[in-house]
Amino acid sequence: MSGTFVGMPAFPKAAHDAVRNTTLRANLKHATHTIRDKRERAVSELDDWARLRQAGKEIKDHTLHHLEHYLVQLEESVTAAGGTVHWARDADEANRIVAGLVKETGESEVVKVKSMATQEIGLNEHLETEGIHAYETDLAELIVQLGNDRPSHILVPAIHRNRGEIRDIFRKEMGSWGRPAPEGLTDTPAELAEAARLHLREKFLRAKVGISGANFMVAETGTLVVVESEGNGRMCLTLPETLISVVGIEKIVPTWQDLEVFLQTLPRSSTAERMNPYTSTWTGTTDSDGPQNFHLVLIDNGRTDTLADEVGRQALRCIRCSACLNVCPVYERAGGHAYGSVYPGPIGAILSPQLRGTGSEIDASLPYASSLCGACYEVCPVAIDIPEVLVHLRERVVAGGPATRNGNKVMLRPAKGHAAERAAMRAATWAFTHPAALATGQRLASRTRRFHPRTAPGPGKAWTATRDLPKVPAEPFRDWWKRTNGGKETNK
Amino acid sequence: MSSRDVILGRVRRALGGPVEAPDSYAKDIDRSYLREHGNRTTQQTVELLAENLADYRAIVHRATSEELPATIVRLLAGHGSRAVAVPPGLPDGWLAEADATQVHDRAENTPAELDEVDSVVTACAVAIAETGTIVLDGSPDQGRRRITLVPDHHICVVRVPDQVVSSVPQALERLDPTRPLTWISGPSATSDIELDRVEGVHGPRTLEVVLVSGG
Repeated sequence: MSGTFVGMPAFPKAAHDAVRNTTLRANLKHATHTIRDKRERAVSELDDWARLRQAGKEIKDHTLHHLEHYLVQLEESVTAAGGTVHWARDADEANRIVAGLVKETGESEVVKVKSMATQEIGLNEHLETEGIHAYETDLAELIVQLGNDRPSHILVPAIHRNRGEIRDIFRKEMGSWGRPAPEGLTDTPAELAEAARLHLREKFLRAKVGISGANFMVAETGTLVVVESEGNGRMCLTLPETLISVVGIEKIVPTWQDLEVFLQTLPRSSTAERMNPYTSTWTGTTDSDGPQNFHLVLIDNGRTDTLADEVGRQALRCIRCSACLNVCPVYERAGGHAYGSVYPGPIGAILSPQLRGTGSEIDASLPYASSLCGACYEVCPVAIDIPEVLVHLRERVVAGGPATRNGNKVMLRPAKGHAAERAAMRAATWAFTHPAALATGQRLASRTRRFHPRTAPGPGKAWTATRDLPKVPAEPFRDWWKRTNGGKETNK
Repeated sequence: MSSRDVILGRVRRALGGPVEAPDSYAKDIDRSYLREHGNRTTQQTVELLAENLADYRAIVHRATSEELPATIVRLLAGHGSRAVAVPPGLPDGWLAEADATQVHDRAENTPAELDEVDSVVTACAVAIAETGTIVLDGSPDQGRRRITLVPDHHICVVRVPDQVVSSVPQALERLDPTRPLTWISGPSATSDIELDRVEGVHGPRTLEVVLVSGG
């Protein structure tokens, strides 16, 4: 993934700092609660929501199980429709391919549609090193780019900024990128949006190369789909002469008909609308309507490694709606930056450590960035059991074991810093398999409860730094059960 | 080895060996979800379309086919439009009474030229009542995708009830995936600033939909 986040502290440290930022917390709370309440209403309009969710899950699972077949079929249909397909095994290769394609056009500027895949591979930064300037055209991405900032939400990347901060960024930075912000710009959303419109329109009108991702790719027809609100996507998809779409290999659906499921569940889950303002579909190139050169860059970048994990592969069903972010109590308080990845929130906590491996400190900490409350699973429109994958990845971090990296089977060693946890688990296993010792230990604990410290000693201190140590009851449950005959003789 | 072969090889190994081509797709997927939500008469479906279009801040008008040219004149005048983009196959007569300069949709028009145009008038391919969506498929009466994007004012004519379907599944059945499609639900909008909805960042800020009855 992108180098943007290299050097990020592990989640607990980043989250610890973020929760003290009261502006950030207020911005986030307002935003996540607004969307989650609206989503509830939008979903309740469809009586068959549970069946649509199940169908979405089944379509994605079927596709993943037959991924080779559908990738080959997609390549054939895109090629037949006049497009060119490129394959990239990792971020470096994808960046090289895109930079090469831009250079072939002789251009040094490109306009971009917001795309998670290009953020994941750090495309903008790479293009800059090749002397190619990439302009983000989604309003939120523009705010992030002008502010020299990082996105913090999948759908609304500048969710952590309020209107005052946005006005300041526009006033300060727009001039050095192109058309400056109008004189006397206030912080009303309408004026800010108008400033962005004027600033970007001059770029759209001269753009020769557009770069996008895609929400879906239809194998049988070679059709790509981009779902958006503002029209910047339509600008990039139709005005330039050359269009380069960078898409993860998991974004395939087999048939045109399958879109009927996702075009119902995606808008309602993400922006809580019945339908997003604009959806564009294109199949290769069309005579004199839109770009005359179309390149599709299919990227792996850790996806096949994720596919190799039977529990974790369900993360590849993700349609990037971001519903799980908006309901997550941890995301709401910590914000997206704490996750150290372009994929924040619950889905990021399972996707990033799989795409990148659990080698770094931040990736090893992500499976713990959750209270396992399950709200993310409830709202997921493709029924990804995020808590299940989190627990699975925790086990991998703590105990190590087999995994796949860059297509090769590797044996992961237990992560550092979890020795105390492993020792505790070993002790617990021993105690639970020796009932007499457990009973003695519990009685001893009950009798000495007045002397217990409020924080755990030794390596356990780290654990109680962020949690309360539970109080030991006056009497072990088993003893109480025996004494009261299963609770029937309570006075005894 | 090419990256294509590497990736396909990784996929194969990830799934524990080659997987046979799927012949089970039809029965693998439970499609018991609804083709349409609720029971409505044709008239009620048209009403729902009008309601949902308005809910997403499109401005809805109604006209008979005889009234249509006058309605379009009124809408253009209301917007103060002096130049209007016209798809090549727009039915004769729709703009018969308009005195705005007609800019015909041609491949050689530059985006900058289109930026000088105030309004655009098009037909549509299908309209979806449950979501308040109109779909354009680039047919001659709708023109290239960009003419409904660059001008700030889009007047779209929907023939009711023929072009109206209830739901997304019904719409997809009617559409041809080989055509470049644009689905439009209300005017361009953004909620990127504190989730306040603002109409129009890049696309038309005003979308007016005329529901035309009677042929």
